[in-house]
Amino acid sequence: MTTAWATGRGEAAARRTDDAGAPGVPWVVRVPAVLALALLVLPVVALVVRADWSTLPADVTSHAAVQALTLSLVTSAIATAVCVLLGVPLAVVLARTRGWAADLLRAFVTLPLVLPPTVGGIALLYLLGRRGLVGQGLDAWFGITIPFTTTAVVIAQTFVAMPFLVLGVEGALRTVDPRYEVVAAGLGASRWTVLRRVTLPLVTPGLVSGTVLCFARALGEFGATALFAGNAPGVTQTMPLAIYSAFNGAGVTQGAAVALSLLLVVAAVAVLLAARAWRPGRAT
Amino acid sequence: MAARAGDVTGLGLEPGAAGAVAGPAPGLEADVRAVRGVFAVEARLAVPRGRVLAVVGPNGAGKSTLLDVVAGRLRPVAGWVRIDGRVVEDHAVHVRPERRRVALLGQEPLAFPHLSARENVAFGPRAAGVPAARARAQADEWLDAVGLAGLGDRRPGALSGGQRQRVALARALAAEPDVLLLDEPFAQLDVRTAAGLRELVRDQVRGTGTTTVLVTHDVLDALTLADEVLVLVEGRGVERGRPLDVLADPSHVFTAALAGVNLVVGRVDASRGAAGGVATVVAGVVRVPCPAGFPDGAQVQATFAPTAVEIATPPGGGPTPARGWAATVVDLEPGPAGVRVRTDGDVLVDVPPVAVGRLDLRVGAAVELAVDAAHVRVRAR
Repeated sequence: MTTAWATGRGEAAARRTDDAGAPGVPWVVRVPAVLALALLVLPVVALVVRADWSTLPADVTSHAAVQALTLSLVTSAIATAVCVLLGVPLAVVLARTRGWAADLLRAFVTLPLVLPPTVGGIALLYLLGRRGLVGQGLDAWFGITIPFTTTAVVIAQTFVAMPFLVLGVEGALRTVDPRYEVVAAGLGASRWTVLRRVTLPLVTPGLVSGTVLCFARALGEFGATALFAGNAPGVTQTMPLAIYSAFNGAGVTQGAAVALSLLLVVAAVAVLLAARAWRPGRAT
Repeated sequence: MAARAGDVTGLGLEPGAAGAVAGPAPGLEADVRAVRGVFAVEARLAVPRGRVLAVVGPNGAGKSTLLDVVAGRLRPVAGWVRIDGRVVEDHAVHVRPERRRVALLGQEPLAFPHLSARENVAFGPRAAGVPAARARAQADEWLDAVGLAGLGDRRPGALSGGQRQRVALARALAAEPDVLLLDEPFAQLDVRTAAGLRELVRDQVRGTGTTTVLVTHDVLDALTLADEVLVLVEGRGVERGRPLDVLADPSHVFTAALAGVNLVVGRVDASRGAAGGVATVVAGVVRVPCPAGFPDGAQVQATFAPTAVEIATPPGGGPTPARGWAATVVDLEPGPAGVRVRTDGDVLVDVPPVAVGRLDLRVGAAVELAVDAAHVRVRAR
C-alpha cells in the first residue's frame, strides 16, 4: 500500500491523492459499494434513455407541466421557509435539552420520518379536516377550510420536511464549541445576541445542508399531499402528483410522465448545485 | 546570606504596598466557597481597581473554578463577589455573566471564526449598542494597539496563533470590562511569541487600568505581570503577597517548587550535634544544618537551592554520614544545570552531566547528600 502526500496546491494534487488512497479499500467493501451506486444512478439513466426526445420539449413546456412545476417550486419554497422559521428554534431547544426530555423530544421530531407519508396525510386530515380536531373549530368560528387547498399542500410538505431541517441543525449545534458562547457572554452579549451573532453563524453549513434536504423532501412530497390536499390542477397538483396522473394515463401519454420526471430531476439537481456553490462562513 | 525584603508571607490580606497607599479603590472582592464536581475551592480575593492578581497552583487546585465563580458561570455554595463595590453574587443575588462586565481570555484565543479580526474586536462594543461604524473604527484602533494594524479584514483562520491571541486580547479589552480574567493566556504559544504577548498584556492591562486576575503555571507570568500572587493548593489559599517576596521565601512546597528551591518542614534537633555541636533540622530522612537561635524541638522549615546540595556516593553503604543524610535516587531528568536528581524526601539536586557518569547515578542508587549551613534558610512555622 502506498502512502501519498498532497504536496501541490489545487485540484490536480487533491485528485492524485484520492486515486492513490483508493487501493486501501478492500474488495468486500468495494463490490457492495458499486452495487449501491448502480442502484442509485441506473434508474435515472433508464429514465433518460426511455425519454422521447422528439416530444420532450412540447411536454415540458405544456401548460399542465409549467403549472405543476410552478406550484411545486412555490409551495416547496414556502414550506422550507416555514421549516426554517419554526424548525431552527426547535433545533435550538432540542440541542439545549438534556436527559430523557431530549430523547422524547427527538422521538417526536423523528416521527414524520418513520411514518409513511400517506399515514401523515390521514393524520393531517383528522387534525385539520372539516370534522378534524382543530379543523372543525376553524370551520365553525372562522369559516376557514384547509383540506384540498394550496395551504394544505404547504402544510403537508412542512410536516414531512421539518425533521430534515431540525435534526440537521440540531446536530450542527451540538458540535459548536460552547466556549465561544461563554466568551461572547463575557463580552456583554445577551443570550439572543449570542445566538444571532455567534451560534447560528457557526452552524450555517449545517443550516444550509438541512435547508436543501428540507426543500428536496418538500419538492418530492407525494403521499401526504395526495390524501390531505388532493390532485386539483393549478391548486394542489404538484409535480409528483402530475407525474403520477400522467403515468396512469389520465388523458396523456406515459411519455409526458417521463418528461415531467426529468424536469423534476433537473430542478432538484439545480437546487443542490446552487446550495453547494453558496457556502457562507468558510474559514478563509 | 541576603536580608529578606519583608515579612509578607502567610495569609495576611494586605499586599506589601497597600500600607503606603491611602485606601485603594475596591476592584474585585470575593469571599466564596464553591464546588464543581470533585473540586472544591474556598478563597478570599481583594484586587484593588487596576491591579493584577496572579493565582498559581497545581492542577485541580480550584483556579478555574474560582474564575468561573467570578465570571458568573458557577454559583458558589456560599459567599459573595463584589465588582467595583457592586454585589454581583451572594446568597440572594446572581448577576448573569453578560451583565457582569467580566471578560475572559483563555489559553485558546477562541476568535469567532466566521468574523473578521475587526468584527471580532468590535463584538463587545456592538453588543453594548455602539453603532457598527463607530465600533469598527474603535476596533481598528485596538488592532493598532496590539500590533495588528492592517490585518482587520482577515478571518482568524488566516492569522497565526499569536496573532489570534492578540485579536482575543484586543476583543476582551475593547469590551472595556470591569474585570479581566486571564486563564493561562500564553500556555499554547511558543516561547518567543509568548514573550511578546506577555509584554503586550502588561502594557495594555497597565495602560487601561483594568482589574485583572491571571491564572498561570508560569512563574515568569506572576513575576512580570502581577502586583500580588495567591497560591492556591487543594482549594485553599496557602500563600499570598508580592510575587518577589513569595517566591524569594516560599512557605509551601508548591511555591518552593515554582521558585525552584527545596523546602522541607521538620523539627530542630539540638541534641545530636553531629558536626561540631551544630543543631540540625530533621525532616524525615533529610538532615540540614540549623543556625543558632531555634529551640530544640521547634517546628521549622528549611529552604535551599538544588544547586547548593552536595552529592556523593557512599563508600559501601556505611553508617549514617558524618554530615548530611543518606538518600536514594528516585528519578533523573534534564535540569537547568545539567541533570536534576530527585531523591527521597523530595529533595532536588542539580548536578553537572559529567557528575552523573562519575558518580554512576541511577534510579535506586544510594547517595549521600549535604548542604552547607551558609546555603540554608531556616524559619519557624
